[in-house]
Amino acid sequence: MDNILSVLIFFPAIAGLLGFVVDKKSARAYGITVAAIEFLLSLWLWFSFDTGNAGMQFVEMIPLIPDFGVNYYLGVDGISLFIILMTTLMTLIGMVSMSIEKDVKNMIITLLFLEMTMVGVFVALDAIVFYLFWELSLVPMLYIIGAWGGPLRVYAAVKFFLYTFMGSLVMLVGMLFVAYVYHSLTGVWSFAITDWYALVLPVNYQLWLFAAFFLGFAIKVPMFPFHTWLPYAHGQAPTIGSVILAAVLLKMGTYGFVRFSLPMFPDASVMMITPIAVLAIIMIIYTAMVAYAQKDMKQVIAYSSVSHMGIIMIGIFAMNAEGIGGSVFQMLSHGIVSGALFMLVGIIYDRRHTKLMSEFGGLASVMPKYAVIFGIMLMASVGLPLTIGFVGEFLVLLGFYEISPVMTVLAGTSIIIGAVYMLSVYKKSFFGPVTKEENKTLKDLTPREIWSLIPLVAIVIWLGVYPKPVLDPINKSVNAMLVFMEEKAITAEAKDIIKVPQSATTAGEVK
Amino acid sequence: MFEPIKVSLESLNLVTLAPMLIAIAGGLVILVLDLINSKLHKSLYVMLTILILIVDFGATIGLNVNERGFFDVMLIDGISIISQLLIIVASILFTPLALTSKRFHEYSYPEFFALFLFMVAGFQFMVASDNLILIFVGLETASLSLYTLIALHNRSNSYEAAVKYFTMGALAAGFFAMGAAVVYGLTGSIELYQVAQILSVRMGETGIMAAILGSSVLLMVTLAFKLSLFPFHTWAPDVYEGASAPLAGYMAIVPKIAAFVVAIRIFGMYIDLGIEWVRIMILILAIVTMTLANVMALVQEDVKRMLAYSSISHAGFIMAAIALDTTEGTTSIFLYYALFMFTNLGAFTMLWISRHKVRRFDERYDHPYSKFSGLVQIMPMGAVIMALFMLSLAGVPPFSVFWGKIYVMQAAVNAGYVWLAIVMGLNSAIAAYYYLKLIVYMFLKDPVKDMDTVYYNLSKPLMVVIGLAATATIAAIFYVQPLVSYLYYMISASGY
Repeated sequence: MDNILSVLIFFPAIAGLLGFVVDKKSARAYGITVAAIEFLLSLWLWFSFDTGNAGMQFVEMIPLIPDFGVNYYLGVDGISLFIILMTTLMTLIGMVSMSIEKDVKNMIITLLFLEMTMVGVFVALDAIVFYLFWELSLVPMLYIIGAWGGPLRVYAAVKFFLYTFMGSLVMLVGMLFVAYVYHSLTGVWSFAITDWYALVLPVNYQLWLFAAFFLGFAIKVPMFPFHTWLPYAHGQAPTIGSVILAAVLLKMGTYGFVRFSLPMFPDASVMMITPIAVLAIIMIIYTAMVAYAQKDMKQVIAYSSVSHMGIIMIGIFAMNAEGIGGSVFQMLSHGIVSGALFMLVGIIYDRRHTKLMSEFGGLASVMPKYAVIFGIMLMASVGLPLTIGFVGEFLVLLGFYEISPVMTVLAGTSIIIGAVYMLSVYKKSFFGPVTKEENKTLKDLTPREIWSLIPLVAIVIWLGVYPKPVLDPINKSVNAMLVFMEEKAITAEAKDIIKVPQSATTAGEVK
Repeated sequence: MFEPIKVSLESLNLVTLAPMLIAIAGGLVILVLDLINSKLHKSLYVMLTILILIVDFGATIGLNVNERGFFDVMLIDGISIISQLLIIVASILFTPLALTSKRFHEYSYPEFFALFLFMVAGFQFMVASDNLILIFVGLETASLSLYTLIALHNRSNSYEAAVKYFTMGALAAGFFAMGAAVVYGLTGSIELYQVAQILSVRMGETGIMAAILGSSVLLMVTLAFKLSLFPFHTWAPDVYEGASAPLAGYMAIVPKIAAFVVAIRIFGMYIDLGIEWVRIMILILAIVTMTLANVMALVQEDVKRMLAYSSISHAGFIMAAIALDTTEGTTSIFLYYALFMFTNLGAFTMLWISRHKVRRFDERYDHPYSKFSGLVQIMPMGAVIMALFMLSLAGVPPFSVFWGKIYVMQAAVNAGYVWLAIVMGLNSAIAAYYYLKLIVYMFLKDPVKDMDTVYYNLSKPLMVVIGLAATATIAAIFYVQPLVSYLYYMISASGY
């Protein structure tokens, strides 16, 4: 099936449209089935993916507006492949674990449309198609937060929408400018990213364009100081909304940096290493400290999720195979781990209708299974060896060490502070005597909850012990990108910093 | 003795007049029909109007590009053909809105449809000439018909709207006459192509700039009135509010297309002559208009007033494209309006079908936001479609207005105005807020009165119109290519 990417994009959308007909009571089963098929399709994509090939695969190209250079242009490489897999997996698991009773059918349909836009973002190779899915993904999320969220949901939803919308409009101007430059140099209109890669831009153009794209991506990540929308969104969103937001939507920003900013503006990226690293370190340390100060369990997870996004940012700007490859891997691990943590918080919220840690205590004795899974995810989040969180974090820090040992040490504090706040959450909620009467009768995980969490636990441990099958394809594509960035860079400084790996051996075996 | 004037019929090239004559003759036919039998139902007149407009469309599309006719006052270039086509299509789309399930006063008079056709003919004259007098005649024919059409909506605030529009329009007409007089005094001609020739020879003369300033400012004021640009926009929200929803939607498109064509002809000429401050003046007007209207739209409590400000803002957005004075810039104006037309049609039709005879939700407004709250629970399909139009207006891809927006922004970037593109982008972000506000009301709030039939005025023909508008809004991606290439071809053929 050569057009599997189109199938992956439009299958959930068509299913969503047909979903309007499905009866309310069966909507949930329908959604899970569709998401499962979609996940199987993405597995198929993985198995038919040629891991020896670093370039774009399953490329599809249909002219949409040829006069304007807009094509329906899709493709997947090692960098995007696993993010797509994670997207379909998290959508499936999110749907299985979903505890929403109100308007389930609307939720299922919205999620299916959201899945279309998310997959679309990661497979688009045309800037306009990318932008189209990127913007479209805001609409279902707006609805999810706004319709099923907490008391401040409307404010949170609108803030989320407007913030990202504004950033991406500036990015759109950047895209239009790149297209203009491409046209004035080649005489052809094109929005294809692969065409744009070939464009060698003067440094001042690169800097301005980098800034324009940065605004779009950084708001999505969200980089400090553009992160203020996220705690609101997480705080008000229903569990499923937070899961998708943390697991997939935030990755769009970091993916954008890898897909657009680095290969298109290598010199500007190298010049921007220090400012971005400083922002990322502020983001890591500051949000980790904020996380420690939270009383609400979900807010701790939300801030810790921002803090870990800082690690991903630092890795991307390490400009070497370890750093970027580690970042892409960390995107997966962050998606799975923080998604799982939000699900876990949702589970306790369903039982107690509160997320305040002071309300809990001694949960480990009442809900042992829950405590075990929470513990594993927490360890993965702080980056304990043999969990998925360690691999990415280690590679990132290793990669960035070549740029600046001092900053690496500062970034490394994330592991320490992360351990501090995470363990204190665990201590406050799970250990000690059961202080509240209501907590004594709490039910442990239901089979549905267990079955939605077990796959994630399995992945966390599997990829923590043996990340090679995932790291290899990622590194292949990252290496190819680095070789190409090094060739393309015009300043000596950039050529110096961008480290092209000497051999094609994978960095996955460092462990 | 006077020499008899000899004009061969051939040189008159009367076919250039055919489209307008068809519309006028059609209007007369409607009046005659009414004379013969005054009991005919409005549906007959609606269909007749549509048929006449279809014939008009056929006559326009068959015209040859770059011809002059009728003592050379008619100019059939690419711009005049595409703008006439847009005007006719928009008119065809808005006519069936008369077929509501409830009776509204104005549609029971066949004169409404006759006036409507005269108005279309007026707009066609306005765009199909570069003779300042004929432009003026077309403008006044169309405007006078439009004032009457608004007033026919038998309500006190419709009269207010009509009178307000009339007074403002009369003032604008005065400015136009004065501006044209200055141009005539300066060059001895009112044919823009001759004006351009004479001015280009005399550009170096001392003192000529003052005269050019006078003429361009006077003409700019007129067009700013018609395009509702800041600071001449104040009439627009009241007039939109007073007019019935179909006419308000119509006013947001057709008169503006016509005025834009005149603006392209006049100010394009000035910019081509190298008068840089005309460009700056347009840019300032455009930016102030789009920003200010956006800010005003944020605080509106009525959806129709919000849409009025939003259409002012869209006009400002497009006005900036005139300052670019490139083929792409000019193409973007028409592309934008072609795409905007369907979304706007849809949004105003949705308001129209939710219109009650009396105000039930608010003392002051017909369409307060609260009327739409919780709509998704009452009428899910209606809410989804309305949300679609709002998202399209906000410029969310892949809906129609997005393609217009990015084409305008691309034209700005290509002409070297990256900052302008950024201003446009930021304005779109501001605008997103008030469109979202309606979506928030429809989807995220609970209904004020449960199970109230919001869509009171719905009928089959209106459903067809909405379906058409929704399809055109969603599927824009598939027809943008042929549309762009046709518009671009026509515009470059006429040398803009």
